Parts: sequence; structure tokens; C-alpha cells
Amino acid sequence: MGRAARPVGGVTVGIAMNDKPDEDGIVLSEAQKRARRSRSIAIALALAALVILFYVMTLVKGPGVLVRPI
Amino acid sequence: MSLVSEGADFRGALAAPAELAEPSLAGVSDYIALMKPRVMSLVVFTALVGLAVAPGSLHPMTGFTALLCIAVGAGAAGALNMGYDADVDALMTRTAHRPVPRGRVKRGEAIAFGLTLAAFSVGTLGLLVNTFAAALLAFTIFFYAVIYTVWLKRLTPQNIVIGGAAGAFPPMIGWVAAAGSLSLEPILLFAIIFFWTPPHFWALALYRADDYARAGIPMLPVVAGDASARQQILRYTLILAPLGVAPYALGFAGPLYGLTATVAGAIMVVLAWQVFCERRPAERASRQLFAFSILYLFLLFAVLLVERGWGGLLARLAA
Repeated sequence: MGRAARPVGGVTVGIAMNDKPDEDGIVLSEAQKRARRSRSIAIALALAALVILFYVMTLVKGPGVLVRPI
Repeated sequence: MSLVSEGADFRGALAAPAELAEPSLAGVSDYIALMKPRVMSLVVFTALVGLAVAPGSLHPMTGFTALLCIAVGAGAAGALNMGYDADVDALMTRTAHRPVPRGRVKRGEAIAFGLTLAAFSVGTLGLLVNTFAAALLAFTIFFYAVIYTVWLKRLTPQNIVIGGAAGAFPPMIGWVAAAGSLSLEPILLFAIIFFWTPPHFWALALYRADDYARAGIPMLPVVAGDASARQQILRYTLILAPLGVAPYALGFAGPLYGLTATVAGAIMVVLAWQVFCERRPAERASRQLFAFSILYLFLLFAVLLVERGWGGLLARLAA
């Protein structure tokens, strides 16, 4: 497919040269891929920590876990 | 390139379609920076003191959860502040390196990050600790992000006086997380931080006045003048010093706290007097007061923690 890649503000952006929708979309640079991967890992770790926190607190509270004083 | 023109470039970049479409280069460290980790550490410390000196029994894991939620809530407030204030941050030397003015994180991303953290911290505190503490945390985030950042900061020289309440809430939240209710003691801790905030920030504003003026922030030294700000610093310090001793006078704290608060309060008054007598371009006294004010607050809360809270924490762990 006729397309060209040009850097826009440090990003390599795919430009479609015909009327068909661009199948590749934005092409990430290596730095952007690394940044996205580190953010994804951080989100995964944060969610895992949240699950563990709720699990441990449920064990700590026991049957009282449903009792939430104001 | 001057900071002013950098700020103009930054504002232009906010509206540029290419910038909006650009995938983010922001790493985890940028998002941590959005949470203002140094402010978070002070928030966690004061909340820990509130939690430790409060009456009642609290499982250590519940205490840890409460502190974690308060820390994340403080981070949420910081991210919302940086998202909204990106334009003025770009104009000030002290804040120009923050992730949004540097272009590492977009304004909308910072605000979305802050809202997500706020929802998780308040929700988790409400579900796992208690609803009152969660409501206080939600109010604190709202107060800092909306009342202070959006409304007061650019409107009035009293911005940090009223906005200082947001920084004063953490020990109160810690107390409520442990005790489930409020009493005079946490309100006193709130009052100490509330009256500590103006001399602390105005001392900074005295030697950063040009920075604030460039950004158009109506800090007291910029709007009311140097002499008026120095007078106000002395007034607030004269209220703060006896207030710092009040926990001892009212029987909430022991003699070690009383001695520490008296000596540290006297030093604060002496430094505030030196600031009152000093005139620009001299700024030595202002810098000294700013630096010592951090130590002052740390000392008061640390001694309270050692004297009252540490024993309580150990007893709870042993129980």
C-alpha cells in the first residue's frame, strides 16, 4: 500500500496515500513502546497490589468485613 | 529561551492537533512525580501521628491500609493540581521541570490520573477502614484540587491561608481512621498545621516573589508588598508558637513535647522577627525561616509520635 512515514513531534506517523483506512495507524517509536510497556507493568502491579490488599484485609476482618462503621 | 516564552510555547502545544495525537513518552517516574512524593511523605507522616495517638484498637494492617489510602489520596490531589496548574507551572523556575510543563504528560492525562487515584483511594478507605475517614479524604482532595487550585490560588493573596486547610487534614483523617470519630485533639493538630502554613509559604514567597509575579499568582509579597508579608508572617508565627504548646498545656502531650514545642516555637518567633526586620534584596532570614519551619513541624509531630503514639502502636501490635 502506498504510504509514507514521517516524524511528527518525535513520532513516526503513518500517512495513507490513498482513500482506504490506514490499517497500521500510528507507529510507535522504540522509546514510546518502552514507555507504554513500563506503564502497563505499573498498572498491572498496582491492580495486583489492590487485589492482595482486599484479600488480606478480608482475612484480617473475618466475618466483620461486611460491618463498616461510619 | 526564556521561561515566559517556554510557557507560551507550552500553551500553544496544548492546542496543537499533532501534539494531541502524539503517543505518550511518559514513564512511571513521570507519574510518580505527578503525585508530589515529597508532599506525600509529609502527609503520610502527619497522618501516621494522628493514627498513632488516637484512642482505640486498630489492626496494624488496617492502619497500613489507611496510610496507603491517605498517601494515594494526597498523590491524587497533587496530580490534579499539576494538571490544572500546568500553564503557571511552566512560567516558574521552581515548577517548570514538572512532567506536564515539560511535555512528558498531557494535561488531560494528569487530571485523569488524579481522578482515578482519588476514586480508588477514597473507595478503598471507605470499604476497608471507615466511611467517615473516606469522606474526610474525599473532602480534602476536593478542597485542594478545587477550592485551592482552581478557585483561590489565582484569585486572592489569602490563597495559602485558606488552602492550607487541605494540608492540615491528614492527621485528622489518620485519627478518624483509628478512632472513628473526632475530638479536640485532632482539631488541635489541624490548627497547628493550619497556622504553620502561612509563615512557611510566605517565607518561600518572599525570596521567590519574582517567580510568582511572572506567573501571575497573587501571593501576598507580590500583591500586598514585602513589608506587609513580613508583618503577616510575624503575626501568624505569634499565634503558631503558643498553639504548638497547647497539646501539652491541655494534657494531650507530655513534658518532652512541651519542652520541644516551647523551644522550637521560640526559635520560630525569633526567625519570624528577623524576617520582619529584614528588607529586600536580603533574603537570608526568609530562607532560614522556611527551612526551620519544616524542621519545626517535623519535630512537634515526631516527639508526639514518640511520646504518645509509639507506646500506643506497640501496645496495639502486642494485643
